[in-house]
Amino acid sequence: MEKKELARYLELCKELRLKIVDVMTWSGGAHVGGSLSIVELLVMLYFKYLNVNPKRPKWDDRDRFILSKGHAAAGYIPALAMKGYFPEEELKSFNHFKSPFAMHPDCNKVIGCDASAGSLGHGLPMALGLGLGARYLKKGFKTVCLLGDGECCEGSVWEAAMAISNFKLTNVIPIVDRNHFMIDGNTEDEMALEPFADKWKAFGFDVLQINGNNIEEVDDALSKAWRMTVPTMIIADTVKGKGVDFMEGNVKWHYASADSALAEKSKESILKEYEEASRCLQ
Amino acid sequence: MSTVTGTTWNCYDSATMTPREIYGRTLAEMAKTNDKIVGLTADLEKTTAMIYFAQAFPERFFNVGIAEQDMMGAAAGLAKCGLIPFASTMAAFASMRAAEQVRTDICYQNLPVKIIATHSGISFGHAGTTHHCTEDLAIMRSFANMTVIAPADGIETSLAVRACMDIPGPVYIRIGRGFEPPVFQDENHEFKIGKAIEMNPGKDLTIICCGIAVLQSVLAAKQLAEQDGLSVRVINMHTIKPIDREAIMKAVTETRRILTIEEHNTIGGLGDAVGSVIAESGKGCVFRKHGMQDCFSEIGYAEDLYSYYGFDADGIVAKVREMMGLEFEADENWEDE
Repeated sequence: MEKKELARYLELCKELRLKIVDVMTWSGGAHVGGSLSIVELLVMLYFKYLNVNPKRPKWDDRDRFILSKGHAAAGYIPALAMKGYFPEEELKSFNHFKSPFAMHPDCNKVIGCDASAGSLGHGLPMALGLGLGARYLKKGFKTVCLLGDGECCEGSVWEAAMAISNFKLTNVIPIVDRNHFMIDGNTEDEMALEPFADKWKAFGFDVLQINGNNIEEVDDALSKAWRMTVPTMIIADTVKGKGVDFMEGNVKWHYASADSALAEKSKESILKEYEEASRCLQ
Repeated sequence: MSTVTGTTWNCYDSATMTPREIYGRTLAEMAKTNDKIVGLTADLEKTTAMIYFAQAFPERFFNVGIAEQDMMGAAAGLAKCGLIPFASTMAAFASMRAAEQVRTDICYQNLPVKIIATHSGISFGHAGTTHHCTEDLAIMRSFANMTVIAPADGIETSLAVRACMDIPGPVYIRIGRGFEPPVFQDENHEFKIGKAIEMNPGKDLTIICCGIAVLQSVLAAKQLAEQDGLSVRVINMHTIKPIDREAIMKAVTETRRILTIEEHNTIGGLGDAVGSVIAESGKGCVFRKHGMQDCFSEIGYAEDLYSYYGFDADGIVAKVREMMGLEFEADENWEDE
């Protein structure tokens, strides 16, 4: 990737992280850890790969994105605002009375949102249906489904994985945000997922394992997934709370609210990391 | 074997029985002229007779294996592509195993998924309680956006399946195992979702029923007329939600005795839906709910169970006689309430 392009994505990631902190403040509480971990994935999807048009959010041929880990709405909804689906100013209503934005996204309220989600294990079966529908209708759109790693405890995830593989769908792209934590702690302590890639392979997938917080690796994996000829999925190894040093890898920040001091401290950390990354680019 | 193409929604094992042909023709017609219709099942394409659809339209039929949650989620995804999915499995699995997918993926997103749930009530009696379903009406009517229908027989199922296409949101149609004798002789009557059908006129008592109870209630009314000189109104409340309030209120004011009959727990189903309308009206009325009295069914063939639980004409006659001995508030002044 060219430096100029990379610089642009770095900047977008920084902006999205800052918005997540804002939402954490405005909403009175947000799933900040699991929102920060998917920033690079959201930015690369919405600003490079997904064929969508904010002016025509319901366009039939658009690519679909399902945030199966719906609790990361605090990352997803600001990304939609940045993409231009609605004014960023509206994010201030997050969680408040009659707001379209809540802890989990509602596709009948949030412009640009393709599926309501929040209850875990629901996204991949819906993605399966979208994939089957696109194939029957001879439409070329892709459906990307972003799951949490803890979410993969849900049996329905594997029902859908089995079916995507069985139907040999190459228009559905499951991505797992492998941030290593569920609410109660580390996945391997709570309910071991490893050998995780082997499980997906056994279900018939080509597995792309990447550092999900590395823009170039995300770019490379999405580019491969977009051209897949056999069912392919991505395990994006990420850091929960990525970008805010004191939140990184700490389950305490799965869900949190922020007062102005905490928000300030968080933003400082985000800006510091961004500046370092930018410097490395020079 | 029948040569009709398309899908059927019951489990007839014999191709000589007419209701399957009726369903088959209806659905074949629908699918032939509407390429938005897609079908899903969860390893029950033969049992739910989706196989006719599968054979005629393999490119738009999806058997997801024994995975009902996946089926309902995939149905939601297909609906998001602008398609009209018909998802079929047994009622117990459609309403309970996949309840959250139906509620969250289909109803909450308000998608036009049509769920055809077979083997409802205790119709699959000898399969045992895991395969009975006397809870689905309660579960499904509590989901916002959902329309709930329990047709009386094959002909009415066919009419309901056709009519549900006009509903822009989700619809749940519960049918039995498919061995039930028909009530209607042909399709030449008006079927409107949400509009009850008066099967028999009457002024002494009204039976409000659905599903298999409709035929038995009609037979019971005939018996009561002949033996007791009673005039019993029979209302086929094929749509449980939205319920036909007008038909209920008419029965309250005109007959003042109401018996509901459903092949379902008396908690949460047709009886409670009717009871709420009566209670909200403030009118005095003798009211009884006949159904499964908050219990799991015994094992047995359906016809034996129907007779044991009083869902046959004799059982209904006994219920009506019991109710005729009860007094309602002697209040002819309906203006003060």
